[in-house]
Parts: sequence; C-alpha cells; structure tokens
Amino acid sequence: MTKLSNAQIAWRAAQDIHDGAYVNLGIGFPEMVARFQPEGRQAIFHTENGILGFGEAPAPGEEDWDLINAGKKAVTIKPGTAFFHHADSFAMVRGGHLDVAILGAYQVAQNGDLANWSTGPKGVPAVGGAMDLVHGAKRVAVITDHVTKDGKPKLVERCTLPLTGVGCVTRIYTSLAVVDIEGGRFVLREKLAAVSLDELQSLTGAPLHLDGAVADLTVPEV
Amino acid sequence: MDKRIASLAAAVAGIPDGATVMIGGFGGSGAPIELIHALIDRYLATGSPKDLTVINNNAGNGHVGIAAMIEQGMVRKMICSFPRSADPRVFTERYLAGEIELELVPQGTLAERIRAGGAGIPAFYTPTGFGTDLAKGKPVADFDGRSYVQERWLKADFALIKAETGDTLGNLTYRMAARNFAPIMAMAAARTIAQVSRAVEPGGIDPEAVVTPGIFVDAIVAVADPAQEEDLNRANAHYPQVQA
Repeated sequence: MTKLSNAQIAWRAAQDIHDGAYVNLGIGFPEMVARFQPEGRQAIFHTENGILGFGEAPAPGEEDWDLINAGKKAVTIKPGTAFFHHADSFAMVRGGHLDVAILGAYQVAQNGDLANWSTGPKGVPAVGGAMDLVHGAKRVAVITDHVTKDGKPKLVERCTLPLTGVGCVTRIYTSLAVVDIEGGRFVLREKLAAVSLDELQSLTGAPLHLDGAVADLTVPEV
Repeated sequence: MDKRIASLAAAVAGIPDGATVMIGGFGGSGAPIELIHALIDRYLATGSPKDLTVINNNAGNGHVGIAAMIEQGMVRKMICSFPRSADPRVFTERYLAGEIELELVPQGTLAERIRAGGAGIPAFYTPTGFGTDLAKGKPVADFDGRSYVQERWLKADFALIKAETGDTLGNLTYRMAARNFAPIMAMAAARTIAQVSRAVEPGGIDPEAVVTPGIFVDAIVAVADPAQEEDLNRANAHYPQVQA
C-alpha cells in the first residue's frame, strides 16, 4: 500500500513550522524535521540539555563532546547560539515558550493522550524529557507511521500503553494522513489521494471526523 | 579566602558512606570524570564511601565515571531520568538483579527539584507527569483549570561538578553544553566541589560572565585537560584500568 516514508512525514511536518518559531524535536525520527525547513524560514531549535539555535552535525572527527544534543549526538554552534542550564531549559519547555514540539509516538488517543515512553514493565524504565515536552509547547505534534509494524492502529480510542501525557497532542502527521485533535475527536485534514476514506478509517482505531473538505496530502520525493 | 584544594584525593576525602551525591553532566558532557575517579580510588583503598545515592541525568555509560562507581559496588541508589546510554550494561545488570535502586524522574522535574532544593522551595506543582505512572501517589491539584502534580525539592550532601574556569572565591564559568545540571546542583548541595580546567585569581573572570557565583561553591580543584567521558568510551576505557 502507498504510504509516505519517514523523511516525507518529516517534510510535511516541517511545512507547518513558521518563520521565527522555537522548536523542539524529539530524539530519533523527529530530528529529521530540521532537514526540511522551507526556504526563507528560520526556525530556532531547542535541545533539552541546554542549547538554543544549534547547527548541523559536525564532520566526522570534528566532534566536540561538550557540544551535543539531547540524543547525545554532536552538534555545532552558529551565530546566535545560546547555552543555559537545565532548569532554564525546562522552564522554556513547561513555561509555554516553545512554539512547537514534534515527537514520536507508540499510541495517540482521540482525546490527545500520548504514549511514547514505555512499552510496559519489562527492562529498565527510562523517561528523559518526554513527559516534560508534552506540556508547555503551544503545539504538540506527533509524527508516526499510521499503524504499528504488525498493522495495528496507532491512532486509538484510548491508549493501552503507559501514558506520557494527558490530552496534550494537537496534530498528528502520519504516513497516510494529517489529523488534528479537536474537542476529544480525530479530525481528518489531509490524506493521500491513493487511500480511500474507508481504508483510512479501517486502519484507525477511533472515528475520523470530517470538518470541511479533506485536502490531498501531497509530498515530494525527498 | 581561598577555596582551592591541592589534590583530587583531598577534595573528595570528606564524602562518607551513605552520602547523597549529585554529579554533574549530561551523558559525557560536563561529567567530572577526575573527581569521580578520585572517589573510586578512595573506595578501592579504604572501602569507603559506599551505599551512595547518586543523582545524575543518566546512570553511567561504559566502564568509566558513574558506570565505574556502580561497577565497583559503591552506589545503592540512582536518581535519574534516563538510565540508558550507548553502553548501559553496568547499571542494567545490577538493576535487573535487584542490586541497585532506581528513582526515575522526568528530566525537567529532576532539574526543577534540584533548583527548588537550592532555592529553598520545599515543593512545587508541575504539569509534567500528571495522569501518568510516574505521578502515582503524589498529591495533585488544579490551578486555573489545569491539573498539576506536587513534586518535592531534591538536595544532596555533596555535588561534584565540572567547570571551565574557577577563581579562588568559587565563581565559575562552563564550557558550552557541559553546563547542563552543574549550576543547579551547585546550589542544592551542602558542599559543592568543582573541578576546573583553569583556576584563576579573583578578577580573572569578568563579573558579567560568572555563571555560578562563588557562594554556591565550597571547593575548587584544578584539573587541566580533563578527560572527556565520550572519548574514554570510544577508546573502550575501563576504570580502574584492567591490568593486562
């Protein structure tokens, strides 16, 4: 079945980041969003360990391990970079100063609940900044495949996995669609033209509501 | 007043069994490797300090720094947000064997609990964790239509931190993102010991550039060219060194 690649999902999410936005990208797949900033717009990226406005990864061998992001990967400074301590960093997060946080997900519920930190009680639990990031940013967006590896819906009525946050997600970019969360419901905004509404609904764990026209989700090869 | 201490061994000499120790660093950036290894040296020579509670964002990586403390059996409990790393085996094995306790705290809550400890605020409310497993048993309250979890301050007997430049009054500057938890840990510990890459006289730091004012710092020990944990791990280093 036709679906967007992770890079294409990241590209679509990047189109909604306005010029001058302060943005936090979750570790892993969401970091890809930074590669697709539209021409002429400048977003300023925040990383939890204490940098605003960091630059690209350095060339191999050029790493400075005092200059890393939240995923502990080496980054660079550029004109306008700022450093700060951890309490200030999370004041930026919780205090409503970030315009958008873009995160991965195991499950998102129609009321905006997010599960993205734990798949259950096995092993060593680790949370990092996941639970902080879902509170405070003006928009909390999720980028994800529409279904799990074994085909189960990731957009669900209620999360069955441990919650990261309650009622926090505002928009979901999936491999098939763009879905907003409004008034405790999934509202379909865009879908791939090749996927019918019925097909999309059958891969979604809660009703998709329509509010006006559904646009085609068109993404270039990236 | 001169807060300089001549040796790493003297700097960590007063840390007793059972102490709560905040250790700066986020992964390898800002990890005070030389202070940690001095503490391990003391433990290997004297059997003390042990039964430590260690507060850090992580729970060690590889076989150096905090991981080496855990490997030697000095740590009874970790308070951290993310006990995973490129090589988390030392903590993982002890944890799964029930040999080390873990208090898992969301990263921003960990930072704010430490800040609150240093600022004399015994408890605060945060939206982080509300409705999740990590808020179970904690008081909750609504303010202006939103729900919040009550969290308690976090203090320590000692903080071990790494700074870039320190003057003899304890004023500190940091290097890039190595700053992370150090300024707030310095505030929250009864005794803060900073290893500094460069020790200077008063006046050697522009007052406008001071990040941690000396009132929060009790001792500085000069360590020129400090080791970087990430470099040690990439070289597969162990502490103490395995004898061939």
